[in-house]
Amino acid sequence: METVRTQDVSVNDLPWKIDWRDERCTMCGSCVAACTFTAIEAAMERRSVTISTGHQPEPAQRHSAVPVIRQRSGTAHICVGCGMCEKVCPNKAIRPVRNEDNRVNLLTRAGGVAIKRGGRNNIMADRVLDKVIVGRISQMTDPSLDSERHTFDVLAPFGRVLLPGELPFTVNGDNLELTAKTPPVHWIYPLIFSDMSVGALSTRAWEAIALATAYLNEKCNIPVRMSSGEGGMPVKLLKSEYLKYMIIQIASGHFGWNRIIKAMPHMVTDPAGILIKIGQGAKPGDGGLLPAAKVAEHIQAIRGVPKADLLSPPNHQGLYSIEESVQKMHMSLNAAFKFRVPVAIKCAASATSVSVYNNLLRDPYYICGGFFIDGLQGGTGAANEVSLDHTGHPVVSKVRECYLAAVKQGRQGQIPLWAGGGIGMTGNAAADAFKLICLGANGVFIGKILIQLLGCVGNERGRCNACNTGLCPTGICTQDPRLVKRLDIDKGAQAIVDYMVAFDQELKKLMAPIGNSSLPVGRSDALVTTDKAVADKLAIQYAC
Amino acid sequence: MCRIGALKSKQYLHPAQALRLMIPQQEGHDNSGFAMVIQDLGGVFGKYKDKPLMSLACTQKGANLVENYMETRGFIQIFEWVPPVNKVAGLDIKAMPHYIYRAYDYPEHYRKASPAAKEDLLLDTRLAVRALLEKDEQGYVYSFWPDVLTLKEIGDPRDIAVYFRLWDETGDMIAKNIVVQCRQNTNYEIVRYAAHPFFIQGYTLCANGENTFYTKNKEYQRSLNKGYIGFESDSQNFLYSLHYVLRTLKWPIKYYKHVITPLPFAEIEKRPDRDVLTLIRQTLGHLEINGPNTIIAMLPDSSMMTCCDSKKLRPVIVGGDGETMAISSEVCGLNTILPHRNKELDVYPGEREIVVVTPELEVQRWKQ
Ligand code: SF4
Ligand code: SF4
Repeated sequence: METVRTQDVSVNDLPWKIDWRDERCTMCGSCVAACTFTAIEAAMERRSVTISTGHQPEPAQRHSAVPVIRQRSGTAHICVGCGMCEKVCPNKAIRPVRNEDNRVNLLTRAGGVAIKRGGRNNIMADRVLDKVIVGRISQMTDPSLDSERHTFDVLAPFGRVLLPGELPFTVNGDNLELTAKTPPVHWIYPLIFSDMSVGALSTRAWEAIALATAYLNEKCNIPVRMSSGEGGMPVKLLKSEYLKYMIIQIASGHFGWNRIIKAMPHMVTDPAGILIKIGQGAKPGDGGLLPAAKVAEHIQAIRGVPKADLLSPPNHQGLYSIEESVQKMHMSLNAAFKFRVPVAIKCAASATSVSVYNNLLRDPYYICGGFFIDGLQGGTGAANEVSLDHTGHPVVSKVRECYLAAVKQGRQGQIPLWAGGGIGMTGNAAADAFKLICLGANGVFIGKILIQLLGCVGNERGRCNACNTGLCPTGICTQDPRLVKRLDIDKGAQAIVDYMVAFDQELKKLMAPIGNSSLPVGRSDALVTTDKAVADKLAIQYAC
Repeated sequence: MCRIGALKSKQYLHPAQALRLMIPQQEGHDNSGFAMVIQDLGGVFGKYKDKPLMSLACTQKGANLVENYMETRGFIQIFEWVPPVNKVAGLDIKAMPHYIYRAYDYPEHYRKASPAAKEDLLLDTRLAVRALLEKDEQGYVYSFWPDVLTLKEIGDPRDIAVYFRLWDETGDMIAKNIVVQCRQNTNYEIVRYAAHPFFIQGYTLCANGENTFYTKNKEYQRSLNKGYIGFESDSQNFLYSLHYVLRTLKWPIKYYKHVITPLPFAEIEKRPDRDVLTLIRQTLGHLEINGPNTIIAMLPDSSMMTCCDSKKLRPVIVGGDGETMAISSEVCGLNTILPHRNKELDVYPGEREIVVVTPELEVQRWKQ
């Protein structure tokens, strides 16, 4: 008889339980080999078996040692439910099953260490965008457009837009002539592949996204831009033509910038833009973190650092005010590329976003080329769970408030608004983008959905979210060369390209019925909601 | 669809002529109002061409309110004309108690002011009078400008004409320029301010169709000029943008089209003036219009212009005989009043042009 020790951790305390069918299993070992978390093991168990071997039934019972696949108990090797075991099993003999009654949250702070993980917010899955629908459909007087045949201008500004009175025009006869230089503005696709560093991502994953970016631009006429994320870029890319599709990010750690600066004299083209990252929606106020486990040799080279935990501070050192951020960071980054490259800024959505935006709108030097607002449903490679689950701000109302704040001052569109954080969470990024644009965004940025297209199996209900461990089972979020090989670059890039081509069609399918050839920025009249509170907050029509 | 039209002539015209232009175009349920702005006035107004003329439709109390206000502001009333209305029973008209046209002298301290200062004073005064009348719902002020008169009413255009004796051709109310609309409206909650033509500082405009960018236009225009108010109709957006582009920005007229219906980026890219066009499109994106519509406008120098949405979803035609030029939604109107004109010279404006009839009655076509 075993004694009950109630404080022992058992499989039943863990978030996923492995459902293994020994009658189907041939003990090939594939699942054990596939599980990067060593959550399962091959073991021997003493079993009582009844067998009959003769022509007549002659059942006999005996004890024997049999090989089994067993889930490990304890908190060191928790199953994350990634399902790789199921994926590789030739006999469908194993699968993870969600365990609603787990106690994992009470067990994993052993040693007094706060829980860290990757992924996204796991408790605020409320989706306002799904309560908003496109309710103004052109029918009689204003005919809908034919989404297949009509030409649409699906482009958004990235850069500082001037007020009409600030345009350096003179009238010469019947013509206007430009008499001075204006800030750079690039008209790009209203969706940016956002900020996932090479480092957080595996080289293959990053490459797949870069490849898709180039392909979409060169072959599909979809001028999408990709943000590098903090951590620099491969030098070869910095010196190539394709740099023009890249937005280079600078965050508080300034990782990778020594290489970027060294590459500048050799650049054959300008990058598409610079993005100053102040904060991130998934973990506002928490700095960046690249765990040492992921700082492989090539990452050390790209970032110019030794193998260690790489922490980006939660704020940019030396920035003590918004005014100064505009002045100092924007100015130096504008100057770095001789005022040819637009510089934008990304902040986590916050109760204070409108004040920040108002301050930026006063930018007297015309050097702030975009305000990126990142909502709480964004993702991250690594963070404290408490930040992921309990900090942040939804993006939808923030974008709306910022837009309306600009409207009040007659400055809408001057500093383009880009919204991110949970775009495409339910799979349809086009619908989310369209609604946010109607509410005042110029465009959106997506990250998580890109890695999901590459094969990431993480979700908002605690599945996987192990991006911080270096053990990413899909080879996306790890630098372990054996795991990285699991990811097929071409297939991954293809999935992204396919999604974007469909996204483009879907966006047009929404533009057509409201009769718009250009993006409906600020066309809040096109939206209705069946939720009165949402209607009031977003200043759109209530319908029932 | 509302029918819109404009007449420009070397001779003084009676409003009846405008009615003859419009009534053949009537179709179906097409009788919810009639409105016109006339300019370069003759008849009883002929002597007061340089004096700002106020067009009012109001109650007795409203008339007194305005009189008091104008007096305290130092405006001196030098002429008043009240149209002799014909109160026949059974007319389809929602008449106001009083229609009053008053010409004023500028206040003493403005007599030597610059034209721009005077024009701003006239706008401010009209806005103040409007606010005054609006407060107690005592009436409407449509325009306050030298040599410009506005008449608007709700009802059947024919009956409105009977009521105001427009068929009589007495020679009292005549003008060389007329911008007119016969209203079709399925929205019965209409207010008089929603009826075109609209007027601001010498710019008159009427439109038909729809502007689906109303919300974003309105949100932007509100901050551009204190005179951009009301927004009772989505067509006011067209007027305010016209006023903004020509008067505030002082850009040549062809750029109005580039503002309201910008070229697709791919087309801009191919043009030598792409830098200018791109800047216009990105800076004034919130003045872009959308939906099916045709615009007819009169500018301060009395030239007339017309243009359409970028898909050309509404008809319009320009034609005339050199003595009188007309712009109208449909050709049948032109055929009624100018049957003898050379029809080969008729212009059907394209989706990418602005057609202007100059003060000398020349037709200019500005390609976008
Ligand atoms: S679901 Fe994933 S973590 Fe769990 S046992 Fe299978 S492979 Fe391992
Ligand atoms: S599959 Fe990889 S990237 Fe996706 S949640 Fe798991 S560890 Fe993160």
